[in-house]
Amino acid sequence: MLDFLQLVIYGIVLGCILSLGAIGVSLTFGILRFANFAHGDLMTVGAYLGFVLIQQMALPFWISLPIACLLTAGVAIVVDYLVFRRLRRRPPVILLISSFGIALILRSLIQLIWGSDQLVYRQGIQKPWQFAGLSLKPDQLVIIVGAILLVAALHFFLQNTRIGKAMRAMADNVDLAKVTGINTDRVVLWTWVLGAVMACAAGSFLGLDTQLLPTMGWRVLLPIFAAAILGGIGSPYGAIAGGLVIGLASELSTLVISPAYKSAVAFAILVVMLIFKPTGLLGSQ
Amino acid sequence: MDFAGLINYGVFFLTLAGIYAILSLGLNIQWGYAGMLNIGVGAFFAIGAYASTLASVAPNDAYLGGFSAPVIVGILLAMLLAGGLAFIVGLITLPLRSDYLAIASIGIAEIVRLVLKNEAWLTNGVRGIAGIPKPLTWLTDTIPGLQTQSTWLMFVVVLVALGIVFWASDRAYRSPWGRVLRAVREDEPATLAAGKNVIGFRLQAFVLGAMVMGLAGALYAHFVGFISPEAFQPEFATFIVWVMLIAGGSGNTRGAIAGAFVIWGIWSGTELLTNRLPPVWLTRASPLRLLLIGLLLQVILLMRPEGILPERPPRPSAAKRSSKRIQKE
Repeated sequence: MLDFLQLVIYGIVLGCILSLGAIGVSLTFGILRFANFAHGDLMTVGAYLGFVLIQQMALPFWISLPIACLLTAGVAIVVDYLVFRRLRRRPPVILLISSFGIALILRSLIQLIWGSDQLVYRQGIQKPWQFAGLSLKPDQLVIIVGAILLVAALHFFLQNTRIGKAMRAMADNVDLAKVTGINTDRVVLWTWVLGAVMACAAGSFLGLDTQLLPTMGWRVLLPIFAAAILGGIGSPYGAIAGGLVIGLASELSTLVISPAYKSAVAFAILVVMLIFKPTGLLGSQ
Repeated sequence: MDFAGLINYGVFFLTLAGIYAILSLGLNIQWGYAGMLNIGVGAFFAIGAYASTLASVAPNDAYLGGFSAPVIVGILLAMLLAGGLAFIVGLITLPLRSDYLAIASIGIAEIVRLVLKNEAWLTNGVRGIAGIPKPLTWLTDTIPGLQTQSTWLMFVVVLVALGIVFWASDRAYRSPWGRVLRAVREDEPATLAAGKNVIGFRLQAFVLGAMVMGLAGALYAHFVGFISPEAFQPEFATFIVWVMLIAGGSGNTRGAIAGAFVIWGIWSGTELLTNRLPPVWLTRASPLRLLLIGLLLQVILLMRPEGILPERPPRPSAAKRSSKRIQKE
């Protein structure tokens, strides 16, 4: 029972990271209508930018994170300006193929700059807190609280700001949104900013929980897509639920199968969803 | 490098390029003909390589088999298994939007990678499998002197396989079957309205393409003689194949082959380039080369999305006949 509860805690931590990643994928899919295969590597970019701020400039994590998020948003906007914007008139699958290439470009750049060896934000082992036989590292609490704050901020943004409402309108019906005079270019810009901020947070939290590797983002891309589809791709709120389910299922699966196949669990859930309810748990269409 | 060395390098280069051309033709059937996004090419490539290897190597205790089967049996098994996997994946994902297939295909690639790495009883894990036999050993055993020419023999085998795949897929493209696939790609509702079984056609193309990829995997294993999970990383087994097909011209069988040779040439050329880098940079040569190929794909997509040899669907036969009549008159 204690093992089970401990795994639930780990599952929630992982679920928070996956949720943040899945929100970004879901937003870009909802607005731009393509599955962004570069999203995982955008997470890696965010994590490594945070590494520079923490290690080279000796900033604490909670200051470095917002700066890294803004820088990551800058990277996403530059990529959009150079590539995606020019391909938007083509079928969305061309954007998907292009994003697959962008993913590789980002990953190679990270390997060129920081090398392929694993890096950590902080040396040494953190002493976990103990409650009634369960343990929780302070870093893991930072991840959970950080994810809750970010999701709350996103909720406020989508519900209460003009641009947030425009984004939801565009995700529902692009043509109708255009007719009502929504500036689609601005919406697209904000989609990248929000997606990149969420990606950077997800990447940084993943780096905080484990370590930094050039392939860290690519490796979690599959569970993130699974989370986004589980929640109904295009729906950011569904993505949060999907991320938590995938995170919990992955960690709890280690009770019965080898931990090496943790990421296979996400795939199994994805396949089951595709067979029985491809629109997702909270999907409307 | 002396002349003989240069020839040897040339044959080595062309054999590998030929194997990549087969992969590219396989992807062309899926993406070029029918517009299906397979981001897990490496999975089918790896399945083919491992299936043929396990069937044809000598028996051993470390991993499954070693059945010492003739290479041709291994190759057929490779195609069968790759096609079987594609059938299952296709059955689930092909009725859905193309993005779902793309996402599911990276899942397949991930699962295959995990199995190859972790199931040592089956694949010998990360240690890999060595001593994979060359094809046509019965021929080299009977004809003296041929043994020393095994690189040439492998080259011929790959060329013959490439020729068969090229001929068959070119025929298929111009057949009514290929026409339906193009129709599915361009306008699915209209094809459905015309009474065609859209999912059935897609499934056929997906399975056929995967079988061709399995064939390429088997040839790769027998050519290199050693396989390990490292060889099937998505960068080298999937991404570069996509660049080849897009650069060559998706939908065009000649383009798929041309793209494979050109991109493989560029890829090998960048190796010569990075070898001249100062030693501190040598460890970063591989990401630098991948970066160049990644940039190349973006440039092609932006500047010349139709590729070197754009797709040229055959004109409908009625139009051909009437134009001939006009010429006669």
